[in-house]
Amino acid sequence: MANIQNNQGGYSKRAMDYFQNPKHVGEIENPDGTGKVGNPVCGDVMHIYIKVEDNKISEIRFKTFGCVAAISSSEALCVIAEGKPLDEAEKITNKDILGHLGWLPPVKMHCSILGAEGLHEAIKDYREKHKKA
Amino acid sequence: MKTIYLDNGATTMVDPKVVEAMRPYFTERYGNASSTHHKGQEAKMALEESREAIAKSIGARHDEIIFTSGGTESNNLAIKGLAFANKEKGDHIITTKIEHDCVLNACKWLETQGFRVTYLDVDSEGFVDPKQLEKSITKKTILVSVIHGNNEIGTIQDIKALGDVCRKRNVLFHTDACQSYTKTELNVKKQNLDLVTINSHKIHGPKGVGALFIRKGINMTPLLHGGGHERNRRSGTENVAGAVGFAKAVKLAKSSHVKQMKKLRDHAIQELLKIPDTMLNGAEGESRLCNNINMTFRYVEGESIGAYLDAKKGICTSTGSACSSHTLEPSHVLLAVGIKPEDAHGSLRITLSRFTTKEEIDVFLNTLPGIIDKLRKMSPLAKTDSGW
Repeated sequence: MANIQNNQGGYSKRAMDYFQNPKHVGEIENPDGTGKVGNPVCGDVMHIYIKVEDNKISEIRFKTFGCVAAISSSEALCVIAEGKPLDEAEKITNKDILGHLGWLPPVKMHCSILGAEGLHEAIKDYREKHKKA
Repeated sequence: MKTIYLDNGATTMVDPKVVEAMRPYFTERYGNASSTHHKGQEAKMALEESREAIAKSIGARHDEIIFTSGGTESNNLAIKGLAFANKEKGDHIITTKIEHDCVLNACKWLETQGFRVTYLDVDSEGFVDPKQLEKSITKKTILVSVIHGNNEIGTIQDIKALGDVCRKRNVLFHTDACQSYTKTELNVKKQNLDLVTINSHKIHGPKGVGALFIRKGINMTPLLHGGGHERNRRSGTENVAGAVGFAKAVKLAKSSHVKQMKKLRDHAIQELLKIPDTMLNGAEGESRLCNNINMTFRYVEGESIGAYLDAKKGICTSTGSACSSHTLEPSHVLLAVGIKPEDAHGSLRITLSRFTTKEEIDVFLNTLPGIIDKLRKMSPLAKTDSGW
């Protein structure tokens, strides 16, 4: 029972707040990098869009199909990554997302992993495009 | 915030009249029904009167009803009890792909004990084909178990047709009627049923009590050995208060409640289908449980819909999405009727009771479209105005 927080389906207050009032939903027109992870068959799809200026993530947006954990992990990722230099952002892991949200039900851990993967894919995409240019 | 409880397929509110009926059996008539003194006999009398009322409600004899701890135990007792008692006769069991987990997992366990199990397919509305059932019966078949009213999609099987096939082929027929009991016809004589699982907490009775109808003359190995209670089929001191509450709940169930729920159900389905990219899962009309609605809202995920409904208006629902299950697999029932996994994730189950009001349904119907819209705007799978 120790891990059941309040009356919110086992989610932390912050996770429920991010789920209900996400500030980073949307797409970026002509993004510098896009990360598309997950699979609709499995029930989670995350698209992460980034804009990069001076080697920093100047803007980050998400679109997510998934549960409370998937949506709140997406928002947490955006909050953490926005404004970060790329080499710092690259080091963001699911533990950072978990730490930021406070807690996720253990069965939902993969949602935070998906968030980190989405960002890494977006940065990879940016680096590849940048190389070509 | 007020609660709007639309998850009556999970459990129901105990009717206050049921609580009243049970009350004396805790502090006044607390005897053990096996005791020969007057306190024991008082309890015994109440237990047997309850048994009689429940038996009568399904056209059974009172000595054909065994009290258990609920649906899971009744289903386990029916399936394992018959399998072990009929080991010499055969090793084959037939069930379906849309059973409750307690039937499926009892069958899967029996497979590890040397039994063979056939899991019948169902059609797109969730119906078992009696011809398919007949073809699956072999000389080694000892039991057929088919759920009556499906707990997820609400489809009511033609159990008379299935029962007839089993009777013709001389195979025992069990049905799990936890969801359908008091909501549609259930008569062990007319429908050729040999074993029937029913329970109390789905019909405004207390949790922790259920029953199994076992046709007279059927041999069965008990799961619980002990003092020989319940005709040696289920040992353990009887839950007298539970049985009294269960029987009271049965007596309070009226056919007018069924009509009232059907009306609300059909109103809600009609309104929900106005939301674009929405579909009804399960059967329509008379073959659907009067209190069950199961819809898929494409491009969004069910746990998220439920969490918004709860957070915004205190509305309780459930979903067949993987995200709300312990296994992270979408509902096996939705997959069995041919719904794509991504659509199963977007399912929402709304289950009514006789206490559900039109006002509550209207709050739900007014709240939901905005939530679906908000979630679709977040979803990368949804088509948006920007031309996705």
